[in-house]
Amino acid sequence: MNRPYQAVLQRLLPWLVPLGLIAVWQISAQTGWLSSRVLPAPWDVLRAAAALATSGELWTHVQVSAGRALLGLAIGGGLGLLLGLLTGSVRTAETLLDSTIQMVRNIPALALIPLVILWFGIDEAAKLFLISVAVFFPIYLNTFHGIRNVDPGLIEMGRTYGLSRWGLYTRIILPGALSSILVGLRFSLGLMWVILIVAETISAQAGIGYLTMNAREFLQTDVVLVGILLYALLGKLADVFARALERWWLRWHPGYQRVAGGAA
Amino acid sequence: MKPHDLPTELVPAAGGVRLTLRALSKRFGPREVLRDNHLDIAPGEFVAIVGRSGCGKSTLLRLVAGLDSPSSGELLIDGTPVQGLRESTRIMFQDSRLLPWARVLDNVALGLPAAERERARDVLAQVGLGDRTGDWPARLSGGQRQRVALARALVHRPRLLLLDEPLGALDALTRIEMHALIEGLWQRHGFTALLVTHDVQEAVALADRVLLIEDGAIALDQRIALPRPRRQGDPAFAALEKTILDRVLQLPDAEPATPDASWPPAAAHALRWAI
Repeated sequence: MNRPYQAVLQRLLPWLVPLGLIAVWQISAQTGWLSSRVLPAPWDVLRAAAALATSGELWTHVQVSAGRALLGLAIGGGLGLLLGLLTGSVRTAETLLDSTIQMVRNIPALALIPLVILWFGIDEAAKLFLISVAVFFPIYLNTFHGIRNVDPGLIEMGRTYGLSRWGLYTRIILPGALSSILVGLRFSLGLMWVILIVAETISAQAGIGYLTMNAREFLQTDVVLVGILLYALLGKLADVFARALERWWLRWHPGYQRVAGGAA
Repeated sequence: MKPHDLPTELVPAAGGVRLTLRALSKRFGPREVLRDNHLDIAPGEFVAIVGRSGCGKSTLLRLVAGLDSPSSGELLIDGTPVQGLRESTRIMFQDSRLLPWARVLDNVALGLPAAERERARDVLAQVGLGDRTGDWPARLSGGQRQRVALARALVHRPRLLLLDEPLGALDALTRIEMHALIEGLWQRHGFTALLVTHDVQEAVALADRVLLIEDGAIALDQRIALPRPRRQGDPAFAALEKTILDRVLQLPDAEPATPDASWPPAAAHALRWAI
């Protein structure tokens, strides 16, 4: 009879610590233990966010940042996908390109920053370049391995059942590589935000990074916190989106099918 | 393959092909897997190939399928030498090789022109899975997957159906069900069937002829004249099964003329110790 009560408790329990922390934070800021220059009260952060949202400033910056990130992902990820498909499917392309790509892969994208500033200055192109370079490799590698790991038995079956080369590619090879490609996408999304934050912190005329760096100059710690939370929110959003893609495209896979009673 | 050949493929019950092997050999490097095999299979005949693992029976099936090419010798379909994959031949593999990301109906319709997709539904009904068209293969049992694979092979109306140990991974009860299903569909469609199996009972239950392959050559060609449907408890059935099994295992009473040659090696070893 107290089973429903226990179930509710089980669901609420994980929230206890974060809510408690926020309460402690709010109280210590209100009583003055915590200087608002170090950490403004959560309520003040919310108010700052609301003010920025109503003035419309927030949305322009989010738009600029998200646009940058997605454009970089489209360029770098698109190239990674294309080259991965190429080297995965054509042996000559693999021998020609793969070892070069594997060598370049070892250079951390952030190590390129000085060079990128020399090449592109500090404007938009530099940020796009850094993001593109960073997201390229996870997608490339996972596409390549995804294609290489498609069950050869299925390809043989497709050939004996009269599929054309194109049919083999669209019906067997691409769907077979898809789960691996999506893993690459999720890796890339994680990297994409990290690189975006660094690139925007170096210099920007708009975007969340500009918002926070500007706020830092005016000692608006609450706005800085809003910026940090926005980055976290966007990162989470991208991850949710990637997982939704996985759930849809891999719905045939027992590992992605919703289990009755399991938490989504 | 050519467009004007297509209509003949679409005629229902196009019948089986005559399959002829002439001095067919296959080498992988220095190892000769099949050597100098001669065989003539009549249209519509059901032939089973048995043998120990590694004897070359699966290689023979792959050659007939056109998945590998012979090192020497010829393969003739209806009297004409052939090479490579053919529209009229379909193969059913031991692992069902269904596309896990395609629903059952799409698996069966694989390689079919869009206009003929409806036929996939009919064939699925014939194998008893008419109500599972929208399921993912992961939701099916092993026997159901093999039935889908059978439907996928039959939907192309093959004139030669190759079965590569298709029931090897199934439990005994499901196998007996599948025997009846395969036999019924074979009688209905009239294709020539070539079944590779390591189960002698299965071979006797289904085939008109049982071939034994030993060391890459056909060592036995046993006709099975039992009336269909065959009963496994039947004395004639059991006698044939024993004859073939003894021959496969090379038991002494299978070759009474040369008992010494077929003694198990362990016995010969023990004998030497005794002396």
